[in-house]
Amino acid sequence: MADPMKVRATLKGDIADIRVLMNHPMETGQRKDGGGKIVPMHFIQNLEVKVNGKAVVEGQISQAVSRNPVFSFRVKGVKAGDKVEVSWLDNKGDTNKTETALA
Amino acid sequence: MFRSRTSALAPALALALAALSVQGQDTKKEIEKYQKMIADSSPVELYELQGEALWKKKQGPKGASLEACDLGRGPGVVKGAYARLPRYFPDTDRVMDLEARLLHCMTSLQGRTREEATKRVFGDDDNPSEMEYLSAYVAGESRGVAVSPGTRHPKEKASYELGRTLFFYRAGAWDFSCASCHGEEGKRIRMQELPVLSTPAGARAVVATWPAYRVSNSQFKTMQWRINDCYRQMRMPEPNFVSDATIAVNMFLVATGKGEPYRGPGTKR
Repeated sequence: MADPMKVRATLKGDIADIRVLMNHPMETGQRKDGGGKIVPMHFIQNLEVKVNGKAVVEGQISQAVSRNPVFSFRVKGVKAGDKVEVSWLDNKGDTNKTETALA
Repeated sequence: MFRSRTSALAPALALALAALSVQGQDTKKEIEKYQKMIADSSPVELYELQGEALWKKKQGPKGASLEACDLGRGPGVVKGAYARLPRYFPDTDRVMDLEARLLHCMTSLQGRTREEATKRVFGDDDNPSEMEYLSAYVAGESRGVAVSPGTRHPKEKASYELGRTLFFYRAGAWDFSCASCHGEEGKRIRMQELPVLSTPAGARAVVATWPAYRVSNSQFKTMQWRINDCYRQMRMPEPNFVSDATIAVNMFLVATGKGEPYRGPGTKR
């Protein structure tokens, strides 16, 4: 999984605004390709955000989410230097992970 | 009698006109709101990252990356390079836009053939093209830099003149020119305004935001694609990729909109 993922985290007081931009086709399994064959389902199933190793968001998402999705969360009780880790797992078992420090 | 009737009608008409213009303003405001929403956290950044990786990737028979490519500011200088294109390049003795220059670097630095490097210049939603990734990266490195194409060299002037002629040149099955759609204020197709591209006000917003990501089809689109597709919409023969004609149209557009700080790659509907 070489496709990039981008996390932007801004800190305001003790609340962090975390924005994640990820690269994924998010195929619904309903679309047909040029040859009329169904494009198999391929979508992110689980999404996890951890702050300093502690899970703060665990999400299950589905085909309803668009290609190259953007997610935005607010996390309370954090400080500068905290490590934010975002990872996902898709229905084919692929995963991707990225880490950033709050500033 | 006649007099009182007109005076009774006048306020009603004025009211109706006022309502119409308010509705027009609301539509415009709503469209602007929508455009702001789609520009927020646009996947453009992902294209820029992948473009950067591609820029540094060793490819072709010479096994070279594009890192030594001279985009007009010296070999390997990417910062601010896009905002100064199109311009005249003495080494090729022609005016080149970004894609023309990228292609030149692919053939000269990487030793690739023109046929191979241009096999797939416009990608699709499943497979963006190399040109699209690279355009995103190089253009992104010009954010904040004022758009200032080359305008002094005689070939740059000739390119601008050719571009202006082509902009107003009506031809094809529908007898269309660029100005047929982009020549009148306040027009739009569905959600997309049609700026008057022969005026600085119209051109500025466009040159500051292309190349761009299209939300409706999840694709990154380059300037060469934009011009190519306009010709398709006008039912004209497909122009050659990075031909002097398409570069000239681009040159006319960029020179008309010069001075605007680049803030792309943009996000379009």
